[in-house]
Amino acid sequence: MSTVLEVRNLQVSFKTHGGEVQAVRGVSFDLKEGETIAIVGESGCGKSVTSQTIMRLLPSPPSVIKGGEILFDGKDLTKVSEKEMEKIRGTQIAMIFQDPMTSLNPTMTVGSQIMEGIIKHQKMNKADAKKKAIEMLRLVGIPSPEKRFNQYPHQFSGGMRQRAMIAIALACAPKVLIADEPTTALDVTIQAQIIDLMKDLQKKIKTSIILITHDLGVVADIAERVVVMYAGKVVESGKLEEIFYNPKHPYTWGLLASMPRLDQTSDQELLPIPGTPPDLFKPPKGCPFAARCKHAMKICLEEMPDTTEVSSTHQVACWLTHPMAPKVEPPAAAVGGE
Amino acid sequence: MDLLKYTLKRFAYMAVTLWLIITVTFFLMHMLPGSPLRNEEKLPPQLKEQILREYGLKDPLHVQYFRYLGGLLKGDLGTSLTFDGRKVTDMVLEGFPASAQLGLQAILFGSIIGIILGVIAGLKRGSWIDNMATVIAILGVSVPGFVVAAVLSYVVGLKLGWFPVALWGTWEHTVLPTLALSGLVIAQISRYIRTEMVEVMEQDYIKTAKAKGLASNAIIFKHALRNALIPAVTILGPMTVNIMTGSMTVELIFAIPGMGKLFVETITNNDYTMILGVTIFYSAFLLLAIFIVDILYGLIDPRIRITQGGKE
Repeated sequence: MSTVLEVRNLQVSFKTHGGEVQAVRGVSFDLKEGETIAIVGESGCGKSVTSQTIMRLLPSPPSVIKGGEILFDGKDLTKVSEKEMEKIRGTQIAMIFQDPMTSLNPTMTVGSQIMEGIIKHQKMNKADAKKKAIEMLRLVGIPSPEKRFNQYPHQFSGGMRQRAMIAIALACAPKVLIADEPTTALDVTIQAQIIDLMKDLQKKIKTSIILITHDLGVVADIAERVVVMYAGKVVESGKLEEIFYNPKHPYTWGLLASMPRLDQTSDQELLPIPGTPPDLFKPPKGCPFAARCKHAMKICLEEMPDTTEVSSTHQVACWLTHPMAPKVEPPAAAVGGE
Repeated sequence: MDLLKYTLKRFAYMAVTLWLIITVTFFLMHMLPGSPLRNEEKLPPQLKEQILREYGLKDPLHVQYFRYLGGLLKGDLGTSLTFDGRKVTDMVLEGFPASAQLGLQAILFGSIIGIILGVIAGLKRGSWIDNMATVIAILGVSVPGFVVAAVLSYVVGLKLGWFPVALWGTWEHTVLPTLALSGLVIAQISRYIRTEMVEVMEQDYIKTAKAKGLASNAIIFKHALRNALIPAVTILGPMTVNIMTGSMTVELIFAIPGMGKLFVETITNNDYTMILGVTIFYSAFLLLAIFIVDILYGLIDPRIRITQGGKE
């Protein structure tokens, strides 16, 4: 499988009156053809900023790309002009957002919002674009698409709107679909439908998916690889099984322990991670998780650990993997043991 | 079908509102001290009596009221008490065209400039255009129209000689008063649009539009502006009525035979029928404008459309 998208040491900051917020501090990952990766982490860890930087959607100022590369289709997306970016957005890389209730323009019909991208990128006339839009609505499972085409977003339910968003995003068969918390604002039953739809369409359109989420249940359902982010850095990444069954980073343990499991008895409590993430105005010089980590050592506060290979597909940035570090076993709640 | 039903209902409400306005104005007016002949001190008392009787002003108030309503139903606004027995309807219709033309021009010109200014200011917050728009808005609201009118008349009319200083007739005559009137329109519209643009540009659907690969012009004009227009449309209704029914001061300075002048003269003279006539005309116009604004809302924002089409 060839690599579609590669992010190398990406750094993004926001210039504010109070100083510079270092939202993304050296993130690297790659995306293979037809693959789904999940970027997980709590609010403010930089996962959305990373994804929106790939699309170059963040207004600048205040956002600044401080360094790194985003390699796509032989180009570095951190350097291309806005005009070139317009040709990539929607056709090559598309995006769906968290809140389907606010992501569609309330004053335009759903149909015309789907048609817009088709007309612009595929140079179709209105009649053909309309046919294509109706076909997209049918593809995402919206019943009586001819009628729905002329309706406004407020006449759609939340799940329907997210389906319409997916229709917009996939209308030009992009190589990469970035889904920024696509199910967070939806009911649990609808969540499953949307995830199934994404899986189904991925096969049909052969798109690679970057899924941004903090819902590990969704991750387990759809992702093949997982990137765990914390305070603007990638702390662990690996195949789905590696992250779920053999997690190495204490933060990943924390995330897994805070998620309900089916094999849990009712008297077992969910374990939150105590403390809060560091202030990204002044990120700590050592490991950003050290202040919340039960196993933190002196070195953790002093120096950021390098990335260690657990296997060829599994990387972690933690001092505990150092040969001289004490052996620490992940807590039972994280790996599902008794 | 729903729209027709809605329109009929709205017109029924409008008729009731208008009737209430007429009734209240009628009785309030008659409670005012003085009479239409107050300023005619030289007239002998007998003659005054006779004139008042002739106009029916000596009858009991309720008789006068019902007679007036009866006349209204026939489209008769009565006869002016000060202007030598001329029909009120004729006088209103005489003054209205000039005021309406000026007002319409001022509203159109002011809205276009206001929207352009507001959009640019909203998109480029903190730029010199934004600052300029703020200054224009403050000037437009705080400097009275008659000062602008006088300055325009003196500088552009008299000193530069580009346009006629005053009077009414050709299109050139309308330029300066239109500019004077449009100041307030530009100020208010540009402020509303600016505030809305700032807010709309931060909405998620703008991000969606950008993620589709649309160019920024398409995003601004197709997605942002339409949503930013909604509040501006709200103030446009009453503003149009205010301006189209004539500004007393601006019409006075440019010696324009409009409705503004009519207003002042009739009120100072206790000209009952003229006051009522002008009030009725003004109210009806305002009600109609509000109705049109409501229809416009629906055209701009489908969520407030009257026809039923809710969720399925």
